Amino acid sequence: MRMSPIIWMSTIAIISGCTGNQSAINPKGAPAIHIAHLMSGIVAVCTLVWLLVMVMLVWALLRKRSDAGEQARERGLTTTVSAAVGATAVIIAGMTIASFYTTRDIGIPGEAALTITVRGQQWWWQVIYADPDPALTFQTANEIHIPVGRDVHVQLESTDVVHSFWVPSLAGKQDLVPGRTNSLLLRAERPGIYRGQCAEFCGLQHTHMAMMVIAEDPESFERWAVAQRGNSVNPGKPDAVAGQVAFIAKPCAACHTVRGTPAMGTTGPDLTHVGSRKTIAAGLLMTTRGSLAAWIADPQTLKPGNNMPMVPLTSVELKNISAYMESLK
Amino acid sequence: MVRGRTLANRLLLTSALLALTVGCGFLGWMRQPRELRTNPPVLADLSRFRLMSNGIGGAPPESYFAEAEPYENDAYNLSQGKRLYTWFGCAACHGDGRGAAGPSFLDGWWLYGPEMVSIVASIRDGRPHGMPAFRDRMTIEQIWQLAGYVQTIGAYSAKVAATGRNDGPQTRPSENRAPAVMLFEEGPVGVNPDQGPSP
Amino acid sequence: MTPLDNVADLRDTDLNDVELDRRLASTWATPKGVWGALSTVDHKIIGRRYIITAFVFLALGGILSLAMRLQLAQPEARFIGPDRYNQIFTMHGTNMMFLFAVPVMEAMAVYLVPLMVGTRNIAFPRLNAFSYWMYLAGGLLLWIAFAIDTGPDVGWFADVPLSGPQYAAGKRADIWAQMITFTEVSALAVAVELVVTVFKQRAPGMSLDQIPLFVWSMLVTSFLIIMAMPAIMIASTALILDRLVGTQFFNPAEGGDVLLWQHLFWFFGHPEVYIIFLPAVGMVSTIVATFTRRPVFGYLGMVMALIATGILAFGLWVHHMFVAGLPRLGESFFTASSMAIAIPAGLQIFCWLATIWAGRPVFKTPFLFVIGFMVIFVIGGMTGVMVASVPFDTQVHDTYFVVAHFHYVLVGGAVFPLLGAIYYWFPKITGRMMNETIGRWAFGLIFTGFNLTFFPMHILGLQGMPRRIYTYQPEMPWSGLNMFVSLSAVILAAGFLLFFIDAIRSALSGPVAPANPWCASTLEWATSSPPPAYNFSRMPVVGSLEPLVDNSGALPVASGLFVDRRELVVTSVVGALPEARESSPGDSIWPLWSALATTVLLIWSIFTPWAVVWGSVPLAIALTGWFWPKGTKEDDA
Repeated sequence: MRMSPIIWMSTIAIISGCTGNQSAINPKGAPAIHIAHLMSGIVAVCTLVWLLVMVMLVWALLRKRSDAGEQARERGLTTTVSAAVGATAVIIAGMTIASFYTTRDIGIPGEAALTITVRGQQWWWQVIYADPDPALTFQTANEIHIPVGRDVHVQLESTDVVHSFWVPSLAGKQDLVPGRTNSLLLRAERPGIYRGQCAEFCGLQHTHMAMMVIAEDPESFERWAVAQRGNSVNPGKPDAVAGQVAFIAKPCAACHTVRGTPAMGTTGPDLTHVGSRKTIAAGLLMTTRGSLAAWIADPQTLKPGNNMPMVPLTSVELKNISAYMESLK
Repeated sequence: MVRGRTLANRLLLTSALLALTVGCGFLGWMRQPRELRTNPPVLADLSRFRLMSNGIGGAPPESYFAEAEPYENDAYNLSQGKRLYTWFGCAACHGDGRGAAGPSFLDGWWLYGPEMVSIVASIRDGRPHGMPAFRDRMTIEQIWQLAGYVQTIGAYSAKVAATGRNDGPQTRPSENRAPAVMLFEEGPVGVNPDQGPSP
Repeated sequence: MTPLDNVADLRDTDLNDVELDRRLASTWATPKGVWGALSTVDHKIIGRRYIITAFVFLALGGILSLAMRLQLAQPEARFIGPDRYNQIFTMHGTNMMFLFAVPVMEAMAVYLVPLMVGTRNIAFPRLNAFSYWMYLAGGLLLWIAFAIDTGPDVGWFADVPLSGPQYAAGKRADIWAQMITFTEVSALAVAVELVVTVFKQRAPGMSLDQIPLFVWSMLVTSFLIIMAMPAIMIASTALILDRLVGTQFFNPAEGGDVLLWQHLFWFFGHPEVYIIFLPAVGMVSTIVATFTRRPVFGYLGMVMALIATGILAFGLWVHHMFVAGLPRLGESFFTASSMAIAIPAGLQIFCWLATIWAGRPVFKTPFLFVIGFMVIFVIGGMTGVMVASVPFDTQVHDTYFVVAHFHYVLVGGAVFPLLGAIYYWFPKITGRMMNETIGRWAFGLIFTGFNLTFFPMHILGLQGMPRRIYTYQPEMPWSGLNMFVSLSAVILAAGFLLFFIDAIRSALSGPVAPANPWCASTLEWATSSPPPAYNFSRMPVVGSLEPLVDNSGALPVASGLFVDRRELVVTSVVGALPEARESSPGDSIWPLWSALATTVLLIWSIFTPWAVVWGSVPLAIALTGWFWPKGTKEDDA
């Protein structure tokens, strides 16, 4: 038995909520909408061509044969086949041109309202909102907030292996390649929560490397950014206070940062405002006290092979640390 | 003539079968499933090693042998150890293994002996002259993984399971190329003040 | 004792048919027993072995895919963990591409091409034996590694840095890279043999415009192999060097480049698709011609399409890297070239349709598989056009859409024709017919199962399901379709099971086949089923594209070959005018020893670079033994 049934059942209960939209055929961002138009066009043409070929095939197989006019038929066939090849060339030329124009439409504009750096790590997303003023720079993890209706320039980098940033409802994917910086345009046309997921195989937990993109109106976005820039809130409730002490004393603080406390580790995600995020463990679980406890207690069962070790904690410590994490709004 | 050929064929077949059996046995012995989650009892056991009173050498817990010394022979654990070496800032004092403020791992000299338990104890409990204790910053399994890697850096000959070079600037040969023995042949790389007389 | 036994340099002109067959058999036959089996160089025996081994790998790879479907049937299933799952999907891809698809196509060619061009053995027959042993060793290396939990887990494409020295711990990636070396050596060897066989050993009179289309397709395929495989050999060697001796090919910090790997891999990887598909084009053409009772429409167009596909195949690799961050304008060029390959493919489809339209279809199992091929492959072609478009690809790249696409192309485009080809050539290879009723059932199950399994994957991909994930979360809207796909896979598996049962049963106890059961028109049907060790008693002479139709009586033959030594006719490249009598090497055990020595060297070198030095000693000995003159008549000639 690798996992106690209680944790397992609570996990199921926790994750059974809907967490955003992840679909290329339900686009909500400008690039994805352009691509969806192109896709429906190409698919329509291709379906038509396929149906035509199938009709020809059935006719060729089942037609009534007569012996007369062999010569004339061969000549007719040559004409038909040549015409079909010509039509193929025209159709694919049309699709190439359509594809080219769509490529131009989804390109990176000269100026963007906001530039975000996303750094892929095994197996989570580090998100940096850089600002010329270092005091205004902050970072978060696995959750990207963007203002609706604005061009957002996402800079993609990787610290280890190749990952791929893909939020299908907003835009096509783009790889994060070590040693390079790639760019992607995001522009949400509607507020909402859009789920994205790593699309390039990146090792043991490629499966559980998701992120949420939250598009909100510019005012809410600003409020969120201001809140994120601040240090962590001091815990109020006694269990959270005890949790903070335990967090700093235990190995947790060696890998995670909670700004405003001595916890300054940089290996794992920044937890300064972890309680305000929708999910933990790169989209694996909704953020609740129960899921936090399940995750901290046994990360290797929920996400085998990830880099967070199983830290031996007493049940009280576990409860307190979970409460502390939840309080970090 | 015909009988000779039949006999030869039988011999061939028999030896092939024999080789197959031996091969399968060997492969079964080679088998090494990757453990991503060590059971908590085994983990707890990892801190129950015995150390000599002078802090040099000792005996690992029984379960360590039962698991076929995973932190020394398992490539996955060694590579995790290598990541921990970076993540926990070992390079700040020990550099790329050649030492800086802290001792070198490449000069073939182990202040507290090259045994796993000594290295684990050094990391867990710290040592005099500046080695901090990592007891509260790493789990015991991580300490064993890191110790396995540290032992590999200073191995006299390359381990088959050793990790290769890093995807970063190259400062020394990678672990699977047995750096210590190469450097050792060129003579000791400086003498550590704590080293004392050669044993 | 007949008086002729004492005549030196006996030729076939001196003998009557019965006596000729007896003497040819004693010259060409493979001795019985283990030693004979290990040292044979008969292209039919080696080809048969190749085919059977490849189908064993197909079955194993299929079992892996069922394991994956079992795991994916439900969200967050715990049937297989991530570590094992990564090994399984890597094994499935690697196995199907390197150990099944390419070798099985070459195997069919090894068996059929010498028969179709009317010669007695493949060119370089000992190299042929060597290539089979290398292939077997590479396959065993991979599967044994998997059995002991050391199977590669970095994907069949093994992208660095995930497969590089820092992130791929242990020997798993080394085993993948070295397995590549094994299969490349064997594929290159066969490709060279086929090119030489087709260019220099055709029956007198079989000028280039009279070669069967299957032979043309194998010729183009062989050139693709010769040009594409070096790219992957360089890539996998560079990877091994990075991992084992600390070179920096793929390390950006030291001037290497991560994308260099992808360029090298896909410069091979895309032609690879056509290496698998073009032989299938040849098979389809052959089957269509036979079962519509007329030659394929537009022979010249078909040949040109094959060559055009072969050339274009080298200009599309970047469409595997559309999301890697290359310049957009350059990518648009590759969109154009990727789309352009639809023109030769379309031409081929239209020519087959015209052939069927003008012919009189006979609905036997091989032809059914060809019809299934048309339906499925055209869908695969259409989705291929879709992923050729950069914006489209940014949404579907590395999703289940692509999984569906390439299964439609590779299973629809290559495995369906292959199964048809097995039903078609089974009587020639085994001398027994396969069961028509079971064949129809197998076709029905495979066709239905295939479409039900793979079509929904298009939708899954568009719904955002990425590839290579070992599970998915319950809140994602994928579980229904995944369960459906997994259940459909059972139908597909049942179809394949039926096929395997039919093949084994028919090989043992099927009805005995006549020399030409399908009234086909190509040369392989001119000899008995199965063919004798020497293929043809007298060398056939060809004067048309359909020698067996246009010479309804006896086939004209060439004569003058020695019968007491292995000899065949060498003809000119274009016109196939007879140029010389050429010796064909006899049986030898040395290819096996050489393959074993190479195997030891390659596997040992995973553990230490010194293996390249010390391992070359036994290899040098084996090669010396191989090439040492043995004083046989073949050596003297």
